[in-house]
Amino acid sequence: MITPTHYMLLSAALFIIGVIGVMVRRNIIIIFMSIELILNAVNINLVAYSAQLQNAVGQVFAIFVIAVAAAEAAVGLGIILAFYRNKETINIDEMNLMRW
Amino acid sequence: MRYIWLIPILPGIGAAINGLLGIRSFSRKTAGAVACTMMLAALALSLFAFWQLLGLPADARAFDVTVAEWIPRIPLETTNGVGLFQVTWGFRLDPLSGMMILVVTGIGTLIHVYSTAYMADEPRGGVARFFCYLNLFCFFMLMLVLGNNFLVMFVGWEGVGLCSYLLIGYWYEKKSAADAGKKAFITNRVGDWGFVLGVFLIYMTFGTLDFRAVQNAAATMPIETMHFGVLSFICLFLFVGATGKSAQIPLYVWLPDAMEGPTPVSALIHAATMVTAGVYMLGRNAVLFSHAPQVMTIVAIVGVLTALMAASIGLVQYDIKRVLAYSTVSQLGYMFTAMGVGAFSAGAFHLMTHAFFKALLFLGSGSVIHAMGGEQDMRRMGNLKKYMPVTFATMMIGTLAIAGIPPFAGFFSKDEILFQAFMHNKVIWVLAVATALMTAFYMWRLMAMTFFGAYRGPAWDTGHGSDVAVAATHGAKHPADPHAHGQAAKEDHEVSHGPAEPHDHAHDAHAAAHDDHGAGHGHGPWHGPHESPAPMTFPLQALAIGAIVAGFIGIPAALGGGNTLEHFLEPSFTAEHVAAHEGAAAAGEPAAAEGEHGAEPHVSRLEELGLMAFSVVIALIGIGVAQKFYVKSPEISDQLAERFGGAHRLLSNKYYVDELYNATAIAGTFAAGDGLWAVDRTVVDGAVNGAGKLTVVGSWFSGLTDRKVVDGLVNLVGWIVQESSLAFRRFQTGLVQNYALLMLFGIFAFVGVYLFVR
Repeated sequence: MITPTHYMLLSAALFIIGVIGVMVRRNIIIIFMSIELILNAVNINLVAYSAQLQNAVGQVFAIFVIAVAAAEAAVGLGIILAFYRNKETINIDEMNLMRW
Repeated sequence: MRYIWLIPILPGIGAAINGLLGIRSFSRKTAGAVACTMMLAALALSLFAFWQLLGLPADARAFDVTVAEWIPRIPLETTNGVGLFQVTWGFRLDPLSGMMILVVTGIGTLIHVYSTAYMADEPRGGVARFFCYLNLFCFFMLMLVLGNNFLVMFVGWEGVGLCSYLLIGYWYEKKSAADAGKKAFITNRVGDWGFVLGVFLIYMTFGTLDFRAVQNAAATMPIETMHFGVLSFICLFLFVGATGKSAQIPLYVWLPDAMEGPTPVSALIHAATMVTAGVYMLGRNAVLFSHAPQVMTIVAIVGVLTALMAASIGLVQYDIKRVLAYSTVSQLGYMFTAMGVGAFSAGAFHLMTHAFFKALLFLGSGSVIHAMGGEQDMRRMGNLKKYMPVTFATMMIGTLAIAGIPPFAGFFSKDEILFQAFMHNKVIWVLAVATALMTAFYMWRLMAMTFFGAYRGPAWDTGHGSDVAVAATHGAKHPADPHAHGQAAKEDHEVSHGPAEPHDHAHDAHAAAHDDHGAGHGHGPWHGPHESPAPMTFPLQALAIGAIVAGFIGIPAALGGGNTLEHFLEPSFTAEHVAAHEGAAAAGEPAAAEGEHGAEPHVSRLEELGLMAFSVVIALIGIGVAQKFYVKSPEISDQLAERFGGAHRLLSNKYYVDELYNATAIAGTFAAGDGLWAVDRTVVDGAVNGAGKLTVVGSWFSGLTDRKVVDGLVNLVGWIVQESSLAFRRFQTGLVQNYALLMLFGIFAFVGVYLFVR
């Protein structure tokens, strides 16, 4: 029987993998993919509780999150593309112009 | 007569024409003609108006005309609550003002005619200026006498003062003339101050400035015999005004100096008309004055003392115009004496007759001065009757008139005053008689020194080497006169701008001295004394006729006359008949003045005739003594002058009154000015400068504070921010993952707190 605990464990695992990805990887594309993991970890939580509590609001929220994530990915990929044209790289360590 | 307002306007138009156009472009003749025409028109209109006035019933002789609103109704506080202050340009012709306009326009016209000849040697623009001023004077004088309220009268009052100033200073390049003008104006200001205070008080008391309304209101008030009430104060202030304008003690000092002006001016303004304005004003307010008997006493005392003092100064003057000037002051004193003893009509009567014979005497003296080429010192005249018979004859009539010899005009008016003074107060009468004696003396002395005896003036032979060259430079030759030197004591020549002057100077000063002379009487080479031209002798003859017949309108009852003038003028000195019966005692013949001798209202006819005979005898004694001193044995006067040297010096120096005023009022004013200047310089300037210094010091401190404290704080903040940023900016690595890590730690921290601490 799959209990909410399982969903939450899965969600937490995905979240931690996403966070670690964001923290340690240098490739921006990978970082973006890690952010998607984080968002989807949240989505799993929302959908799981929606089913558990018999309340559709959670699922609506999840759909909103997916839509926003798509938009964010579009903007983010645009930025990456522009950056690549300038710097010929997508290494995040090179993106340090906004410093003192 | 709806057009009485035109009477003052006509000379005003003349003044405007001469002033705006004449000074630039009129010839001497045109300027004179314009002025004379306007005066003649005013005279004709005055005669017509007067004739109309005579046509009215005796108790309703008055024309009131309001030309325009002047000051609209303004609510203004009075003692009886808030009144409406309203003044109109209103004119009123009643018997008193009717008499005055005839005097002003009649004598004014004659003097205008006279001036055309007298001023003929002036520069062209100067003549127009002169006639402009003269016409302007007549405008203001007629306004003064015709105004029906105090404010219109005040306009005229100030205007004649202004014209007097302008005309005295007509030869403004001469310092003494300019000074005399200023003296006259400033002295008059002192009097005007009193007049204005009186007008203020009248409005405060009665709530109106209209003569009739004030008189009717005053007639119902009690007579202030015992206390010095509001009416007394009004009258006192008005009298202060009158002393200034009419040259009474203590403000008479300007009139003798006013002789610096051209002689026609002296005749018109300083003898016949303007100086009588004070007398007229007292007569106009007779009702007020009758209610203030204590002020009446003051008026009588001041008047008789002025008469006596001025006459005594006149005894020893050598300048022909100065003798007449002091005579004028003295005669004005008579008029005030008359007013003071309640004989208003006698005062007005004397005003009129005096206008005739004093104008005549002044014009005659002008004729003499003209004939002598500007000489005014009587010691350098003599035997002129041989050269100028018309002037001599007319001046003789004037002299007899002023001395009080019947049947000339002065006799009737002066005798009326003496009689009223006798009825009122014997001391005043004695002083007045003494004055009459002196009057006869100094007038005969003037005649004797001028017209009788041996000729003592400069010779007029033509050639005189050095003078000819000088004459060529300034166009006129002075009479050569080596002998006159000794006689011409310099200090007696204050007014003289005659030929005597250049002889006292070196020739290089000649031209400068001639400026004076030229301003006075440069009429070409001088050919000895001569009779004046017709435009000058005609006014003399006309005035001489006036000096003979003017007295006949006031022949007293004791001599079988009806005293027409007194009955004619009576309505002007009383309140309106509606008020008259209730205030009959007050308004009839001034009861206050009469109160003292109310018990003996009529002296016997014999007594009156005796008094007349006595005053004639007094006059004859004066003439006789003068004849003895100055014609029969001239050495007596010098001996007397030596014997009574102190008294003679005192009189010659006019009782040192000018010196006294110089030492007190004028020096005091200067000292006060100096003192105030010192206060200004030290205290006010010091305060201002101190404030400036204080501001500088304060701003220095303020700047210091600004620099150190305010700037210091601002810089401190900047410094702190800068220093701290050195540490904090390390956080801004620009690496996204660093930030993300920090955010993660923050989230851990919050969650940790949430989970464990709560």
